[in-house]
Amino acid sequence: MALAAEPADCHRPVVELDNVSFSFGGRTVIDGLSLTVRERDFVGIIGPNGSGKTTLLRLIVGLLRPGGGTVRLFGEPAERFRDWHLIGYVPQRKAFNPLFPATVREVVLSGLYGRRKLFRRITRTDQARCSDALEVLGIADLESRRIGALSGGQQQRVFLARALIASPRLLILDEPTAGVDEETQDNFFGLLRHMHQKHNMTFLMVTHDTDRVCSYLGREPEATSGRLSFYVRHSHGLEDCAETDLLHTLRMKEG
Amino acid sequence: MLELFTAGFFLRALAGGALIALTAALVGVFIVLRRQAMIGDGIAHVSIAGVALGFLINLYPIGVGLAFAVAASLAIEALRRAYRTYAELSIAIIMAGGIALASLFFTVGMGFSVNVTSYLFGSIYTLDDTDLAVIAAITAVVLAFAFVFQKELFLLAFDEDAAAVNGLPVRVFNVLVSVLTAFVISAAIKIVGALLVSALLTIPAACALAMARSFRQALGLAVAAGELAVLLGLCVAGWWNLAPGGTVVLLLIAMLALALATRKLRV
Repeated sequence: MALAAEPADCHRPVVELDNVSFSFGGRTVIDGLSLTVRERDFVGIIGPNGSGKTTLLRLIVGLLRPGGGTVRLFGEPAERFRDWHLIGYVPQRKAFNPLFPATVREVVLSGLYGRRKLFRRITRTDQARCSDALEVLGIADLESRRIGALSGGQQQRVFLARALIASPRLLILDEPTAGVDEETQDNFFGLLRHMHQKHNMTFLMVTHDTDRVCSYLGREPEATSGRLSFYVRHSHGLEDCAETDLLHTLRMKEG
Repeated sequence: MLELFTAGFFLRALAGGALIALTAALVGVFIVLRRQAMIGDGIAHVSIAGVALGFLINLYPIGVGLAFAVAASLAIEALRRAYRTYAELSIAIIMAGGIALASLFFTVGMGFSVNVTSYLFGSIYTLDDTDLAVIAAITAVVLAFAFVFQKELFLLAFDEDAAAVNGLPVRVFNVLVSVLTAFVISAAIKIVGALLVSALLTIPAACALAMARSFRQALGLAVAAGELAVLLGLCVAGWWNLAPGGTVVLLLIAMLALALATRKLRV
């Protein structure tokens, strides 16, 4: 079962799962799942509680090791993968301590703190990228607020900004819209859709939100495994493969 | 009475106290944010077993205590991974083990009980030059670590998963932080005693968390609270001849009450 959308040479596989299984305390959560996500796919993963959605994401980003099968990221076996800056991760919003003393700017900047940044100071360029990310997501005026004091929708944008600051190629979102109101969800989803269409990014999103996902990704899942359904939409035809630019504002500073 | 404040032992106490207040507050913010506030107690009780053993076999007690503390911190970290959702469980287990071991060593060598009491309640006035040198070295290591890895430590405290996905060697960091925590605790035992050591770690952090908006501010406020309490506490205790460890901790609690009260008023 492969989820390839227009398999073309230039659209390399970003995430490849081959016969991956995972058990938790004797219960098989994921059973022989194979999945290929190609560059510029938008993959929505839908399933009821306990169907292994979050487990699947954690397997992909290396927070869990599969019991069987292999995970490859950008063509590289996950255990040897080193280019983590290519991956942006938006965790479940409820996963953080709301009383944590951190400003919006501190949280967004932390998206840059990876292996490549060890032993390096935060530069003026980093600060400028942070300002850009805040600007792009419309939260620049919140930068010195404490993250726990923001509304759910604002927090969502902060975590998205943190994931985007390093200009990732793959954005992984774990139920990003849980617990925020309808209008905010619409805005957030609109933002993701825009990024998918205009920028060279691949999306992997776990969600409960069948309606919004289906309205963009189509009614029929490309594949299912256990109680998980995978909805896929590819954003560009072949002629667009020689990509021009992604997160324009973010990228220009990098040049 | 004024000559107390120029006496060598008192100046050494102030110097040692100031250094420990600094490191304990820094480490404290980190462990409180990781919901490991009890780790100080756990490690301190194991460390006391080491101190007791040190007296028993006639080795530098702080040194043996340090070795025990490091072992305890590594065990806590290992257990924390095994019982992910019950971080405090690992500490409870280790703490019980430490007390059990300490009581065993106490009964084996009945003759040194007076000295052990000084480690239970602190004996800051008996700091000698070796103790001060050890404390200074530990302070230097902790400060260097916190300075070099301040970004990474922030992310690790805020969101360990994100740190892992960013490609940071999370396990290595966790082990290093645990070992440094053990260092600080073993040194702090001499100041306020094993029974009160966790107060020196956690209450400055609690004060800071009541007021801080940013991580940077939290670190600064915690250090300020710790320093104020230790220096003022030692002077007060010296002046009225009170137990120094207890005075410092009660001052810290008073400051926390004040911080919480002012926050109530502001909101």
